[in-house]
Amino acid sequence: MEPVIALLVGLFTAVAAYLMLSRALVRVLLGIVVLGNAVNLLIFVAGRLKGPSPPIVPAGQTSPVGYVANPLPQALILTAIVIGFAMFAFLIVLAFRAYQEMDADDTDHMRLAEPDGEPRPPLEY
Amino acid sequence: MIDHLTPLADWLVILPVVLCLLGAAVLLMLRGTVRAQRWVGLGVILAVLLCDVLLFNRVMDVGPLSMTMGKWLPPFGISFTADMLGVGFALAGALATLCVVLYLQSDTPEPAVRDGVYPLILLLLAGVSGAFLTGDLFNLYVWFEVMLIASFGLMVLAGHPLQLDAAVKYGVLNFVATTLFLMALGLLYGLVGTLNMADIIGAAARADAAPLTAIAALFALAFGMKAAVFPVNAWLPASYHAPPPGISALMGGLLTKVGVYALLRTLVMLLPVARESLAPVLLAIAMATAILGPLSAIGETNLRRSIGFLLIGGIGLMLLSVSTVEPFAVAGSVAYGIHAILTITALYMIAGLIERATGQTDTRNMRGLYAANSTLSLLFLILILAVSGVPPFLGFWPKLLMLQGFMSDTQWLPLFTVLLNALLTLVACTRLWSHIFWRGTAEKASVPFRALAATWLLTAIVFALGLAPSIVVETARTAAKGLLDPELYIAAVGLAP
Repeated sequence: MEPVIALLVGLFTAVAAYLMLSRALVRVLLGIVVLGNAVNLLIFVAGRLKGPSPPIVPAGQTSPVGYVANPLPQALILTAIVIGFAMFAFLIVLAFRAYQEMDADDTDHMRLAEPDGEPRPPLEY
Repeated sequence: MIDHLTPLADWLVILPVVLCLLGAAVLLMLRGTVRAQRWVGLGVILAVLLCDVLLFNRVMDVGPLSMTMGKWLPPFGISFTADMLGVGFALAGALATLCVVLYLQSDTPEPAVRDGVYPLILLLLAGVSGAFLTGDLFNLYVWFEVMLIASFGLMVLAGHPLQLDAAVKYGVLNFVATTLFLMALGLLYGLVGTLNMADIIGAAARADAAPLTAIAALFALAFGMKAAVFPVNAWLPASYHAPPPGISALMGGLLTKVGVYALLRTLVMLLPVARESLAPVLLAIAMATAILGPLSAIGETNLRRSIGFLLIGGIGLMLLSVSTVEPFAVAGSVAYGIHAILTITALYMIAGLIERATGQTDTRNMRGLYAANSTLSLLFLILILAVSGVPPFLGFWPKLLMLQGFMSDTQWLPLFTVLLNALLTLVACTRLWSHIFWRGTAEKASVPFRALAATWLLTAIVFALGLAPSIVVETARTAAKGLLDPELYIAAVGLAP
């Protein structure tokens, strides 16, 4: 099962890289979402996919019996999903505001912070 | 389960973070009242600074301190571990933040205060302190994100189109960097099965070196992006000059240093074997960063953008000792980090004052400030001498430590990089000086008093530390010893080495 998911992670990462290389901001944002999901899957498979039973310690024992699912990656992914979602929500609003203010979705046309065609720096004082 | 409770004195380890988070929540509730926000914000940061000083003293006395949350045994619970490296950086960061908040008292329009500039600053400080003090790799990721979302807020606060443009580049690239960090983290967990830093040291030494090297390379890329290392530094000069000067000062002083801290922590302390295989690549990018930073500063005419390039040059210097590990050189990097947190913050603050006095952001249009406001020229002179490392100013001592380290190890390439960086930085700084202060004449210009006083305060601290550098040097040497031989760190967390 792990190799299949590992391949899927690779596919997601490739798609994300392709989308993020675009100049259109919307595609870049889509790439970021796909990359986030690739990483979530990666953490999931890094914890190994062992056994279908839930990680519950039986009464009177100090550790679970037999193979159980690894609970730690699930906790990590849950955190990562929440954080990633918040960041993505911010970036979408930011992209929309940038579109309103600069009338551009193409990052090549966002040149306010780094103006194009500036004259050369002075050579004397 | 842990039976004994952490002694009350050791609660200092989490107090800086707790105070910042609580303070931010209180300030959000007070968001209608501008005056209360200013004073409560200042009070909270003073309290955080006090905690950092006490923590620093304790770590100096008894070595690293650790506290594991929720009564779990150390490798399973999330540990907060304060060693000299983390505490030194956290203390310098809190000091810089205090000066920035004083600076903002006169420089911030009321709408910005109502929109929450103070809670965001406290959240940023929470993220930075948490990143410096945590002993768990996943927790480090969480603090990175806390820091990131706070800095997003600060970056776009006034909503000026220039800020939005800067925030798009800053936001996208930094978010990709933290996602790459998360990817490296997941792979490391898959390989060694633990996320506690003290536990990773032992587990990584037993793990297969080949996949570990790939993971270390991914960490280097992710933290390199956060630290603005060439060739992934384009976001920094595109964004740090856009927000108001006080905010640039805070971000320029603190954020990139967290990236360097994470590089030192993961590559030098956690994965030393993998770092050795990557050393030639790390040396090449460190040299490129250290030389291209000040070279770009020479060619830049926007004042705050050129300070951004000087900042990048310093990042390159700090990275040199990640590629060539030698106790003195690592100590030099740590000392440079503390110096850079204070000096770069002060430089951005003075840049804001200069922009206020001249009404310009481009050095081409500035002139004659020397006669118009001699106080500014004095402050600027002290700071540019400090940043280029002229003795007896603060920047000199870290560079001396680095030179001593590289000399004793006969590493000529990094040695000449340090010297060339110092020379180019001095050229870039004198160029700024001549353009802003020396040529032409200007009318008398005044600046807001509180902002000037805050800049004086931070510059005085930089100046005093330059004259009496032993505390910085000693901190750095203890931190370097702890990084290269983490036995005490592991013992403090409560694991067998």
